[in-house]
Amino acid sequence: MPRLGADMTAGKVVKWLKRPGEAIKRGEVIAIVETDKANVDVESFIAGVLEKILVEPGDERFPVGTPLALIRAEGAIEPAARAAPAAVAPAVTSAPVPTVAIPPAAVAAAAAPPAAMRAAAPGAAGAGARARVSPAARKRALELRIDPTVLIGTGPEGRVTLADVERAAPAAPAAQTAQVAPAAPAAPAEPSPAAAAAARQLRMREAIASSMSRSKREIPHYYLACTIDMGRAMAWLAERNASRAVTDRLIYAVLLIKATALALREVPELNGFWIDNRAQPSAAIHAGIAISLRGGGLVAPALHNADQRSLDELMRGFQDLVKRARAWSLRSSEMADPTVTITSLGERGVESVFGIITPPQLALVGFGTPLERPWVVDGQVVPRPLLTATLSGDHRATDGHRGALFLAAMDRLLQQPEAL
Amino acid sequence: MSNDEIRDRVIKTLSGIVPELDAATLKLAKSLRDQLDIDSMDFLNFLIALHEEFGVDVPEADAPKLGTIDACVSYLEQALRQRTQA
Repeated sequence: MPRLGADMTAGKVVKWLKRPGEAIKRGEVIAIVETDKANVDVESFIAGVLEKILVEPGDERFPVGTPLALIRAEGAIEPAARAAPAAVAPAVTSAPVPTVAIPPAAVAAAAAPPAAMRAAAPGAAGAGARARVSPAARKRALELRIDPTVLIGTGPEGRVTLADVERAAPAAPAAQTAQVAPAAPAAPAEPSPAAAAAARQLRMREAIASSMSRSKREIPHYYLACTIDMGRAMAWLAERNASRAVTDRLIYAVLLIKATALALREVPELNGFWIDNRAQPSAAIHAGIAISLRGGGLVAPALHNADQRSLDELMRGFQDLVKRARAWSLRSSEMADPTVTITSLGERGVESVFGIITPPQLALVGFGTPLERPWVVDGQVVPRPLLTATLSGDHRATDGHRGALFLAAMDRLLQQPEAL
Repeated sequence: MSNDEIRDRVIKTLSGIVPELDAATLKLAKSLRDQLDIDSMDFLNFLIALHEEFGVDVPEADAPKLGTIDACVSYLEQALRQRTQA
């Protein structure tokens, strides 16, 4: 069961999209897992063959780290010839107890009853407890696409060390666990759609409560705001949209996303995570876009590599995310990857939003509505669409001055919309 | 195409954007934005879906004319009629 978002502790398997024996490409969607926030398409992080499903769809919630299936890595030996070590790894993203305790991918581990592995996982990944993982181990685990929080640590106070990760690496290359949450609709005793929606709503509220409480408890926020003249950007957008078919139009929020991503390149310490008592900036900029759900709640799935994509690409990605978020259908990478969150509350006339950072991210960028207001340009008072942009920053990682540089960069970028 | 048929297809198209839409309680003359809590992205997706359903491209300047179901029906009826005549 992968961790699909910082606040996820458990999930249900809704559906398997692959059967045992089927080939799987890296990045291919293999299962659907229900978290408190969405039905998430779980993508395989390795190529191989689905060896065995360990958790069938159902209503039971399994903790993060529970092995969901076994995947034989591409090039690994057929099950018949499995005497050789390292052939099959338990498809466990995260329950490497057997793989660590037992020599590399011993067949016994691969063949271990799911119950055994499941029992192993909670100890490591257990109900919300965050595993202690050394920065080097975390970095290496990321490279190996292993979830370090489910490893058994041998360092001080059970800390997961680089050596622990390295030990798990050869054994678990093919192992992929998807956390599976039983989907209410798939359950045999099917509750009414309204009851299922209400239950989902309640769980989402709980997830948001947990994440936001943690943020306010742990993160010393600082807040900055600046007023941005959106005159040029809005005029450029209107002109561009006027000549375009409805399918090729942009909304101004896309300009804000791109400007945010480019400004983060200039102030990279606002992009990334606070883990193990230190800031760990991310080279990639994956913008988590806050999308409100009708009826309450919100999700903030990632627009990957937002700084590198054209406005048209970002627009298509954004449209797709909104549609899928509202249909409760997101992908695992979208839920787990955001390095920063962007929230735009401009739809209903809100002037400014001072957001709460999504842990363990380092910052949140907020936008209000562009409102026509008097503004001084070249000594003349003129009407301009003014937008309040805000930054909520983690004061452990950055100071107000760096935050101010970020907002100034964003203002500058939005004055040249054609260059975005 | 009759207005009734256009209306049914508009509502069906809208339910693709707003899955929880209840056709029985939808008010035809009331602002879609207000009664369904849709935002600008939903609305653009709705216009795109209408384009796919009816083959009518709504220019940016005309978008405000499609604020209610009734308004959509009358706009589309006119656009389809003009197309037939052309």
